[in-house]
Amino acid sequence: MRLVLEKRGERSHRMALLSPLIAIALTLITGGIIFALKGLNPFAALYVYFVEPLTTSWSIEQLFIKATPLALIGAGLGVSYLANVWNIGAEGQLTAGAILGSAIPVFFPEMQTLLTLLLMLGLGVIGGMVFAAIPAFLKNRFSANEILTSLMLVYVVQLILDWLVRGPWRDPKGYNFPKTISFSGWQTLPSFEVLPPSMGPLYVNLGAVLAVLVVVALAFMMGRTLKGFELRVQGVAPRAGRFAGFSREKTVWFCFLLSGGLAGLAGICEVMSTVGQLQPGISPGYGFTAIIVAFLGRLNPVGALVAAFALAISYLGGESAQVALGISDKTARVFQGILLFYILACDSLILYRLRITGLGGKVAEGRA
Amino acid sequence: MNELLSIVLTIITAATPLLLASIGELVVERSGVLNLGVEGMMAVGAVCGFGAALMTGSPLVGVLAAIAAGVILSMLFGFLTLTMVSNQVATGLALTLLGLGLAGMIGEGFVGQPGVKLEKISIPGLTGIPFIGPVLFGQDLLVYVSLIIVAATSYVLFRTKTGLIIRAVGDSHQSAHALGYSVIGVRYLCVMFGGACSGLAGGYLSLVYTPQWVENMTAGRGWIALALVVFASWLPWRLAIGAYLFGTITILGFSLQAVGIGIPSQLLSSLPYVVTILALVVISGNRALTRANTPACLGQPFVPDR
Amino acid sequence: MEYLLEALDVTKIFGTLKANDGVTLQVKPGEIHAFLGENGAGKSTLVKMIYGALQPTAGEFRWMGKTVTIASPAAARRLGIGMVFQHFSLFDALSVAENIALAMPGTFDMKKLSGRIARVSKEYGLPLEPTAIVADLSVGERQRIEIVRCLLQEPKLLIMDEPTAVLTPQEADQLFLTLARLAKEGCAVIYISHRLEEVKRLCHNATILRHGKVVANVDPTKETASSLAKLMVGGDIHVVRAARKDGKGDVRLKLDHLKLQADGPFAVELKNVTLDVKAGEVVAIAGVAGNGQSELFDAVSGERALAKDSMLVIDGKPMGHDGVNARRNAGAAFVPEERLGHGAVPGFRLSENVILTRHSSDQKLVKSGMVQKGGAAGVSERVIKEYDVRKGKPDPEARALSGGNLQKFVMGRELDRKPGVLVVNQPTWGVDAGASATIRQAIIDLARQGSAVLVISQDLDEIFEVADRIAVISRGQLSEAFPAGDLSAEKIGLLMAGSHEVREGHHAARA
Repeated sequence: MRLVLEKRGERSHRMALLSPLIAIALTLITGGIIFALKGLNPFAALYVYFVEPLTTSWSIEQLFIKATPLALIGAGLGVSYLANVWNIGAEGQLTAGAILGSAIPVFFPEMQTLLTLLLMLGLGVIGGMVFAAIPAFLKNRFSANEILTSLMLVYVVQLILDWLVRGPWRDPKGYNFPKTISFSGWQTLPSFEVLPPSMGPLYVNLGAVLAVLVVVALAFMMGRTLKGFELRVQGVAPRAGRFAGFSREKTVWFCFLLSGGLAGLAGICEVMSTVGQLQPGISPGYGFTAIIVAFLGRLNPVGALVAAFALAISYLGGESAQVALGISDKTARVFQGILLFYILACDSLILYRLRITGLGGKVAEGRA
Repeated sequence: MNELLSIVLTIITAATPLLLASIGELVVERSGVLNLGVEGMMAVGAVCGFGAALMTGSPLVGVLAAIAAGVILSMLFGFLTLTMVSNQVATGLALTLLGLGLAGMIGEGFVGQPGVKLEKISIPGLTGIPFIGPVLFGQDLLVYVSLIIVAATSYVLFRTKTGLIIRAVGDSHQSAHALGYSVIGVRYLCVMFGGACSGLAGGYLSLVYTPQWVENMTAGRGWIALALVVFASWLPWRLAIGAYLFGTITILGFSLQAVGIGIPSQLLSSLPYVVTILALVVISGNRALTRANTPACLGQPFVPDR
Repeated sequence: MEYLLEALDVTKIFGTLKANDGVTLQVKPGEIHAFLGENGAGKSTLVKMIYGALQPTAGEFRWMGKTVTIASPAAARRLGIGMVFQHFSLFDALSVAENIALAMPGTFDMKKLSGRIARVSKEYGLPLEPTAIVADLSVGERQRIEIVRCLLQEPKLLIMDEPTAVLTPQEADQLFLTLARLAKEGCAVIYISHRLEEVKRLCHNATILRHGKVVANVDPTKETASSLAKLMVGGDIHVVRAARKDGKGDVRLKLDHLKLQADGPFAVELKNVTLDVKAGEVVAIAGVAGNGQSELFDAVSGERALAKDSMLVIDGKPMGHDGVNARRNAGAAFVPEERLGHGAVPGFRLSENVILTRHSSDQKLVKSGMVQKGGAAGVSERVIKEYDVRKGKPDPEARALSGGNLQKFVMGRELDRKPGVLVVNQPTWGVDAGASATIRQAIIDLARQGSAVLVISQDLDEIFEVADRIAVISRGQLSEAFPAGDLSAEKIGLLMAGSHEVREGHHAARA
């Protein structure tokens, strides 16, 4: 007996919608099995992991906080991957954005106006773009593999961050902790009340608002504009893209600057809200988890927004499972990895039909 | 002299895991498959090797466990990319993310535990020769294994029919299929060989390099190994030279730190990554060097028509 | 044993398509047996089953009188069946000897093998250098590797799939000698072709397939080309025949000492290509595949930029530096050889594929950076109607169309713009006779309305049907363009073999 794939005539639109759901379901089943193997009640564990984060207004706020960087980065990466540009150094671009944006409070700690906020956000975007520009340039000029260069830069920029907060940028009053001064006032993101106290209360910060705006803008670009058309063509048929007169080099630049800028924005938003200062370990791997967000969201900006919440739940669930069940929060990363595997496997079923051929030429068709 | 000796010895230990991981990936890529999951397989190899050695007290059992872990993960990758024809780049990334996560989860209980070290061999009479003795006859077993694998890979790839088939599958899977070769089968075997080598490389880290378990102890070596394959333009002996060159640069960075020349240590630590980027730029910019050996089907999915 | 191979009621079904429907035929030892049929008639499917690459859905094969299951190409080779594919199964990066070794069973001994290669290639007049790398060889030489590879296994049956499609007439003659010699030695040959003259000349027997069924089994030497054509197509086909033009008119497309570096180890360099295409005429470029046709198309379309602006002139305006869209905006249109992935995006709907080439020239499709879906759907429907594009769904993905219908769509998309200059690479490659006739007629009609049309083709029949003037490309050099009436197939053959090429600064003797 063996599994055999058969090409479909056209893409299966049903499968395209179902694939992420099937992947999530399979991940839950796998998770249940892992919990059971650890001697836990799988249903109770899954409840703690995936449902509890949705039950209190505090945890829903946390959900928004965690989903914001994932959505920002995931939407940008999704656009890039769709255009066949493989930026996997978002974690580094996030860090670079956080560093450059933090230069304002580090060098001008007294500056406390709206301009501070805008400058920090702007520099955050630019920081991400600058570090994303390096692999883009190397790809276009020397055809150096962008996957490897963008990833190497993650290590480089993290070491730069480490050096800065232990060296020149260290808070002189910080008892030798590796961190900059704490940010306050206009150096942090304002929050908005989206639900009144009677219903929550629920506060979200400016970062979440920006993430939604970015997602809407990218969705518009991909669906309605020639630019979106160009990116989609380049992803699936580079030769046809050249025939249409679209420049591959420009696309590489565009995708890296876009996804890098958004990663930088996510980075500066993190240090301006949750973290509150520049320090090592500003991100629990958002830049890498966003890769999963991009795929779970079908490389579609709106999809990335939805997927960001799904992944945010896994982060939160990991934390609460650690407290409630005494299992490692590292299981969250395992779930995330397993989820990506299942998505990729299910995605094959959009273009292919799965057949199980037995011995003697008997064919059983798995319709999907 | 003694200082030079210790530098040479550390260079060898730094180069060996890179060489092990990259020689496996070289074979995988020669068969036309791009497995970006080396880092993840190394991490799981490292933690499994460490754990098995800790539990049994035998570093050799650790080595075998590391290999087995790498093979299992690579089969997962093979199932997705070869049977399910998923995107190789994305699946490789997934393998890395999963591998790093798994390694962190499995290794949680191992943090801070003293490890079991795979000792260096000692040949009476030979190892005692000054300088040459410890360098040539006083290494741990895996150093010799890595060089034997390079020699064997070079021989098999270019002197045997098996190697010819691997290269043929990587050059044109359509033609290989038309001649009746099982493209998928050949690729599965190569991917598993790559997994074994990556697992072994990870085991080297946790059993020889620093005999303990630290999360993220692979520190991007899997990615550097991938870059080395490009750097070596898919030739085994050039790969060995590249790995040792790389080991040298890494150790030079450490040595400079030790000497304390006033450059921040973090910037010296970033040297291997910067050098990797530079190496990629130099090699990729030179089309004549890369094009000729690049497997034509690298990264392309294959679905036989029936 | 009367028959070497028999097929009894063989049927092959792909999904809903019956590629072969109850095929029964016999092949005798020592005969050259033609399988004739249009594209899509089921010839390739049938031979793939004989070669073990596909399995029949129903029916059986008999080999030397015994029922056999040919489970794989390896099984076929063990029986003594060899096959030379139309698309060679060769490995570009490997040497000739390595390519041959891959097809031989068991372990290999390179020295011994090289000796055998030398012997066989000498015996059958197929010169080969065992250490040469395939990528550096011409198409004819590559075919020789395939043939030697089969002959080394001493086959009883050799299958040749459209072998002459890629050869010059002279190379084809050489091949016929080899095949005749093989047949004389008792080896049977299955010869797939749609070139009727060839079949009449070479083959002892012909089985004609139409829509997957055997419609006739004839002695081709007793038939005429037109009677064979009638059997193949199932009725008279509309023959396109251009009324020749005198070649007066304004030059609309001018290539002036066009040079282009090879962009890879396996690519061809274009050397001083010079050509005028005038209003109202069709100029065709003939040549064996891989002699610079795709490079020339890229250079003319602007997918690759040219060194000098003056190398390419459209309607008097030098445009060598301009990209493909600027050239389109100047009134030019282009149709590449590869439909899927180059001329059209396989996974995109037809209405989206309209945008691919017309986004900069057509205000109805893109307005200030915004895609106009309604406008695109309108254009797509017009093209579909005008050029009779047959499809299953209202707006299908390009990959869901058959080759012929997609080609009609891709051609129609450009013709719909009424371009002043049209450049087409292989207009009817892999297209059935009906669609071919439509496309060729459209090419001629466009020219007669005052446009300049440049057709690049390997199909000499097609070239003689549509062209007013013919030039030949060989190793990146273009011959002068001769009036079609002045050229014989033989003269084109010599040009295809490179008789016009400039060597060491001297003009070689013209044929």
